[in-house]
Amino acid sequence: MRSARVAYGGAIHSAIPHAQGLQLADGRVLAEQAVVWLPPFEVGTVIALGLNYADHVKELARELTVSAKDEPLVFFKTPGALIGHRGATRRPAGVQFMHYECELAVVIGRTAKRVKAVDAMQHVAGYTVCNDYAIRDYLENWYRPNLRVKNRDGCTVLGPWLVDAADVPDPHALALRTLVNDKVTQQGRTSDMVNGIPALIEYLSHFMTLRGGDVILTGTPDGVVNVEVGDEVVTEIDGIGRLVNTIVGDDPFGR
Amino acid sequence: MSLHPVLFDVPPYRLSGVMVGALLNDPAQLAALGDAVLTAPHKAPPCAPVLEIKPRHTQAADGDPITVPDGEDGLEAGASLGIVIGRTACRVSASSAMDVIAAYLICGDYSLPLASHYRPAVRQKARDGFCPLGPRIVPAANVPDPDALGFEVAVDGVVVQRGSTAGRVRSVAQLTADISEFMTLRPGDVLLLGRTHGVPTARVGQTVAISFSGLGRLVNRLQREPAALTEQA
Repeated sequence: MRSARVAYGGAIHSAIPHAQGLQLADGRVLAEQAVVWLPPFEVGTVIALGLNYADHVKELARELTVSAKDEPLVFFKTPGALIGHRGATRRPAGVQFMHYECELAVVIGRTAKRVKAVDAMQHVAGYTVCNDYAIRDYLENWYRPNLRVKNRDGCTVLGPWLVDAADVPDPHALALRTLVNDKVTQQGRTSDMVNGIPALIEYLSHFMTLRGGDVILTGTPDGVVNVEVGDEVVTEIDGIGRLVNTIVGDDPFGR
Repeated sequence: MSLHPVLFDVPPYRLSGVMVGALLNDPAQLAALGDAVLTAPHKAPPCAPVLEIKPRHTQAADGDPITVPDGEDGLEAGASLGIVIGRTACRVSASSAMDVIAAYLICGDYSLPLASHYRPAVRQKARDGFCPLGPRIVPAANVPDPDALGFEVAVDGVVVQRGSTAGRVRSVAQLTADISEFMTLRPGDVLLLGRTHGVPTARVGQTVAISFSGLGRLVNRLQREPAALTEQA
C-alpha cells in the first residue's frame, strides 16, 4: 500500500497510485502534475543522521574528526524545512556549494520508548524518500551541522509516497541514487548504513520517546555534488519512490 | 510525560510546538572557553547564531518531574527567556522584530554535562521532558524591556544563580531577526534567548525553581528514572 497527501481543488486529500497518476480518496483520478504534493504523512519530529554511510564518512574524513565508531550524529529539523514532491528549493545567490542528499526516511507508526533493536521494526509504519539539501558555505564548527546549513525553508524534500513497512521486506537491501538533469551523480545501498534502522531506533528511543509521525532520515552515501539554479534533482530509492525537486534562485522569493 | 498545553488569551492563543534555542548567547560563556574557540575542532568563534531545536518530546509543564537518567547524579539546570512569535516572520529586520513577538514565558533548559560544543548535543539536551515551560504566557505589552529581565534559579529554596537577560551576543530582536533570515517563524513558535553563564547543577530529589521578573516561577523536581520504563510503550 502506498499513500500520498496532496492539495487539489482547495483541500488536502489522501491519494493512492493510479495508472494515470493518482487517485484521491473521493474517487477523482488526476495526473501527477495536476496536484500539489505535500509530505506524504503528518510529520512529527524530524530526526536526521549525519555520517551514517561508511563511504560518505570516508569522503568527508579529511575535514571531519569523527569515525564510524562514534556515537550516531543526530540533529533535528523544524516543519518549515519540509516540502513535497515536485517542489522548488531555493539556492541563495552567491553560495558556492549546495548539495542534495538522497536518504531513506523511516516513518514511526507506534510509540517507542526504550525499545531494543530486536523489537524495533514493529514500531516502523513505513518508508519514503528524502532529499535533504545542505548549503556548506554556512557550515560552522559549533553544534555542527548548524541550522543555517540544514534547517532552511524548503530544503528538506519528502515523498512522493509513504510505502507501508509490510511492502518493504528488507529496508537494508535497497538501491538508492540521485540524478541531476537525468545524469546519475550518487549511488549507494542501504546495506552500507553504519547504524541500521533497529540500532537507530534503540539508540534514539533510549533518551527520547518516538511517536507516530516522527521520521528518521537515515543519512546519505558518497557522491554529493553541487547543484545550480534550474537543475532538476531526482532522488530515488528502488521500491520506495522517485522524488523530484527543482532548484530555483532568489527571484521567485523577491530577494 | 504529558505536556499540559500552555493556553493563553491573546494571539496566537497557543504554542505551535516548534522551539528553537540559542546556545552560547552569553558572551561570558564564550569567554570561559578561552582560546579553545580558535583551535580545533572549532577553529573560529561562531558567526551566525548557534542554535538547537527542542522537539515536542522535550517539552513539559510547570510541576512535571524531570527524569535524571540512570548513572547520573544530577543535571545542569539552565534557565532561559522564551520568546513567543505572534506573527509570521520571514526576513524581519532587528528594528521591526519586536512587532512579530506576541509574548514571553520561562523555559527550563536541563541537560547532562556536555563534553563539547562541536556536535548537536541531542542525547545530552533533547531528552524527554528536559524543556519545561511556563507557568504562564505574558503578553509582550506587559514586558517593557525583555533585554533587561532579572532572573533567579533556586535549588531547594536556596538561590544558586542570579542574572539578567541583558548584554547578550544577540538581543531578543537581533536573535529573532537572524533566525528569520533562513527559517520562517510562525505564530506560536518559541525562541529561547539562551542560558546565562554559570548554570547550576541540581541533584535527584531536589526541586528547581526558575523565576523571571514579571513572568512567574517554573518549578520542577528532579527524579530518578522509574523502573517500569524499561519496558517498551
